[in-house]
Amino acid sequence: MDNNLLEQIAEIRAAALDAIVAALEARDLPSLADIRVRHLGKKGVITSILKTMGQLPAEERPKFGAFVNSLRETIEHELEVANAKLGSAAFEERLKAEAIDVTIPAKPAHFGHTHPLTIVHDEAVDLFLTLGFTVAEGPEVELSEYCFDKLNTPKGHPARDRQDTFYCDEEETICLRTQTSSVQIRTMENLKPPIRIISPGRVYRKDEVDATHSPIFHQIEGLVIDKGITMGNLKWTLNSLMRGLYGRDVQTRLRPHHFPYTEPSCELDIQCFECGGKGCRLCKDEGWIELLGAGMVHPKVLSGCGIDPGVYSGFAFGIGIERLAMRRFGITDMRLLYENDARFLKQF
Amino acid sequence: MKLSREWLHEYVAIPGVGDRDFAEAVTLSGSKVEVTDNLRSKVKNIVVGRVSSIERHADSDHLWVCTVDIGADAPLTIVTGAQNVKAGDIVPVAKHNAVLPDGTKITKGKIRGVKSEGMLCGLEELELDTRDFPYAITDGIFIIDEPDAVVGADVTALLGYDDSVVEFEITNNRPDCLSVRGLAREVAATFNADFKFPEPVVKGSGGDIAEFLKITIENPELCSRYSARVVRNIKVEASPRWLRRRLRASGVRPTNNIVDITNYVMLEYGQPMHAFDYASVNGGTINVRRAKDGEFLTTLDGAKRALNPDMLLITDALGPIGLAGVMGGENSEISSETQSIVLESATFNGVSIRKTATALGMRTDASSRFEKGLDVLNTIPALDRACELIELLGCGEVVNGIADILTPEGKQVRKAITLDPAKVNAFIGADIPTAFIFDTLRKLGFTVEGNSVTAPSWRQDIEHWTDLAEEAARFYGYNNIPEAAIAGDVQSRGLTERQRFERKLNALARAAGYSEALTYSLVPESGGVSVINPLGTDKTFMRTSMLPGMLRVLNTNRDARNKDVKLYELARVYLPQDGETLPLEQKTLVLAALDSGFYSLKNDLVNILTALNVPVPEFIAEGGNATFHPGRCALVGDYGIAGEIHPALSEKTVAAEINVDALFAARLPEAVYKEEARFPELLLDLAFTVDADVTAGAMLAAITSAGGKLLSRAELFDVYTGAQLAKGKKSMAFSLAFRSGEKNLTDEDIVPLTNAILAKCGEACNAQLRQ
Repeated sequence: MDNNLLEQIAEIRAAALDAIVAALEARDLPSLADIRVRHLGKKGVITSILKTMGQLPAEERPKFGAFVNSLRETIEHELEVANAKLGSAAFEERLKAEAIDVTIPAKPAHFGHTHPLTIVHDEAVDLFLTLGFTVAEGPEVELSEYCFDKLNTPKGHPARDRQDTFYCDEEETICLRTQTSSVQIRTMENLKPPIRIISPGRVYRKDEVDATHSPIFHQIEGLVIDKGITMGNLKWTLNSLMRGLYGRDVQTRLRPHHFPYTEPSCELDIQCFECGGKGCRLCKDEGWIELLGAGMVHPKVLSGCGIDPGVYSGFAFGIGIERLAMRRFGITDMRLLYENDARFLKQF
Repeated sequence: MKLSREWLHEYVAIPGVGDRDFAEAVTLSGSKVEVTDNLRSKVKNIVVGRVSSIERHADSDHLWVCTVDIGADAPLTIVTGAQNVKAGDIVPVAKHNAVLPDGTKITKGKIRGVKSEGMLCGLEELELDTRDFPYAITDGIFIIDEPDAVVGADVTALLGYDDSVVEFEITNNRPDCLSVRGLAREVAATFNADFKFPEPVVKGSGGDIAEFLKITIENPELCSRYSARVVRNIKVEASPRWLRRRLRASGVRPTNNIVDITNYVMLEYGQPMHAFDYASVNGGTINVRRAKDGEFLTTLDGAKRALNPDMLLITDALGPIGLAGVMGGENSEISSETQSIVLESATFNGVSIRKTATALGMRTDASSRFEKGLDVLNTIPALDRACELIELLGCGEVVNGIADILTPEGKQVRKAITLDPAKVNAFIGADIPTAFIFDTLRKLGFTVEGNSVTAPSWRQDIEHWTDLAEEAARFYGYNNIPEAAIAGDVQSRGLTERQRFERKLNALARAAGYSEALTYSLVPESGGVSVINPLGTDKTFMRTSMLPGMLRVLNTNRDARNKDVKLYELARVYLPQDGETLPLEQKTLVLAALDSGFYSLKNDLVNILTALNVPVPEFIAEGGNATFHPGRCALVGDYGIAGEIHPALSEKTVAAEINVDALFAARLPEAVYKEEARFPELLLDLAFTVDADVTAGAMLAAITSAGGKLLSRAELFDVYTGAQLAKGKKSMAFSLAFRSGEKNLTDEDIVPLTNAILAKCGEACNAQLRQ
């Protein structure tokens, strides 16, 4: 093979490698790019050498090709190494220059806030949904028949007094519902058992506004009717709710009570969080805090809604949302819940 | 109901049961204890002393130095300022480190140079008064005159402080438990203890009631039983100490023996009683009747009461002498002159008593018992108990016989209830032994024959076998019932589509920056359903719009100088409907903000609707709504209204009221996937000069109608008025995008469309392309 040609290749190699070293020392990235173009580019040195290959005898061409390829690989490799060395250093400098103060405070997003009653309401509703309940709704301006008569609370019962219940007519046939149990009656009249509903909503009682009373407040009532429903089922349901709201270790107790629409009736207490049951100011030394009322649906209520109490049984319960929310968030005055002061609302 | 445990123990002995355990046990068996007051803790280190000598303090003209014998310990020297002490007197002595009922601690010290090793106590310092110890004086040391006072002994028992008073919350269905006897029965069943209850025995002093008293009941629907006895030769004086302390513990102030006995029997038997001065019962006749319109009665409290026929009276031959079940008349009150009395023990219609007491604003201990419906079989035992006490106290002679009418209405037939223990257990979900069930019922006074159970007369609340199941379960213990998951199909599919829609709307309103408010649905604005017995004029009507309430809230926030006030509420309005008994309760959304403007509100509203997948309707300028700024308000299609509040009402305030029912009805179907366009958009900006009153809506309508299918978007990006334009003109610039599903569009492709748009805008809005 033509020594001249081989020499030429060796010179090119040496010159290229020198140039790379020089660029590296000068931390000169653009000249590395330039070296690449000059040697490996379409119109570069190596291409032009390869073009001369056609003039060689056929038997020499493979060997020549191998030489030139080795030259290309060497230059490519050296450029890569040099680029890597220089590139990372430059990149690091860039990163360094881009460093920012991560302790600069976040700007507030202007999301709206959820009312504390809704927070508790939605949480309780979601728990009941996991227990297979459906949410039923009904009117707030209600027939007294649904609010009282069909709940075993006949005319003359103290709960129906005008000092406790708002009426919309002199005959007292229409009232503002005093409990969402009226929705249970409507449900029982419209659905056949099995029934498993909760009825959340606004209720009305004639209490003057003060720190612990409001003429308008919110309840979630529940109703389960089926064959073979027991008080043990009631306990499970209420305790499941309590475990969901207050954690698995919550201590509860059922205490006998009286409601006209349930028999037996009970109230559920939870052990005082403040003192763990030893007795303190919060629980008035009782060690327990009353949370809700419940009971087995009175047979008169069932039969009044066309459900045979000889075949079906059921339970019902009612929880005041205000009480849950006030306890949960440490709100000491119920009026705050309805004043809608933006500073209050934005706390939750 | 306050119960003295000392009194209770006369009927049921439960030795060694502490107050806390007692409260817990009876609470869990159904008699809820509100609070227990251990009176023993009220006094400490106070003993009975005897003043052995007394002399004037050398340095004072009003202080006395007493030497007081306190039994085994050395005598104490005590300085007192009281002037009623003399040698030999028996007195309460607060020793060093004594505690008085009000919590005051007594320590030894020096008074004007003389050591004083304690204090002699007056009634007031012991939280007592002359009703408790009638022979004592108010102003001075309590000189004890009790045969059982032992020098050196602790005064706790002597003063009646050796007791615990348990206050119960008694439910409406259990008037029998508003009595020592009723509670004793519950306690006996709770602790499985014996319940002792001796029948009262009246010896009588001769005579015949028929010669003294004749009773008629004119309105038997309001009085089921009226029983009375006559007692002669009354000696009105103070009651004995044991009786006074029990009244005091029960929260009743002692008065005199006759009044005290009626109160005592009410507390013990749950049967209110009343004593009339026999001399004032004209004609020796009592008629129980409704009042007549225009009748008046001056009651014991001195108030003259206007009566009506809903009220029941006790009358004599001349007229009213008492308001049945509520309060006696002044004209028949017992006085020191009284020689004979009529003791009344009756049962009245509960509803009528409650209404009378409420109407006259005079709920009493008696009326609150009557209103729950009392046991007709209890009037005579209670009457006999009162007379037994009168004989025991020697304060009168009881005439033989009882004047008594039990009306046919009052005669009760208790039906036996068949009780199947297996059914009880299946219902409760427990395994209560059969014997326990029936034993419990027997202890509570039920008659049990085989499976047949009859409730006692005082348990009017028992009607059904489930009532009996409750009796068994509460003594078995609700907390012994095992928890059991509900069997059967879970039917729920979670929230309904509508409920999920509302939750999403709530979330979107918050995401748009609005915080949730909850306002009262009773408002002062008329137009809606009105309440006939409102709490006040500001809460009389059920709202037909949520705006006024929300505006009040905004004003409150403005007054509080709150920043960034953006509020929403999703709740109901109550719209009266023709021909319907009940109003339409329509879910409504209100958005409202301070320091805002129409465009910002519209942005929020449109963005919420878009995210809710509800079509955004046309906003139509609305100038005729008095709540809103006439030039900055729009109807939001048929969903509702949005705008700036009229500046006369509130500056820089915006609000929108939207019918959520309508939104839900208009919601678009759930998205179905479609392939995104493959060819890019061709963009074109056009600026027009138009008359100032041309709306963006009109321009966009013109552009859209002329742009055809290829026009994929048309957006307003600038509105300009100013020096470069003629007066009365403005410029509107639109950014248009064209896109074909079939090919890359070229400028040539859209030339005809652009020309059509320019022509249409010129024709519809007199718009000129701005060069």
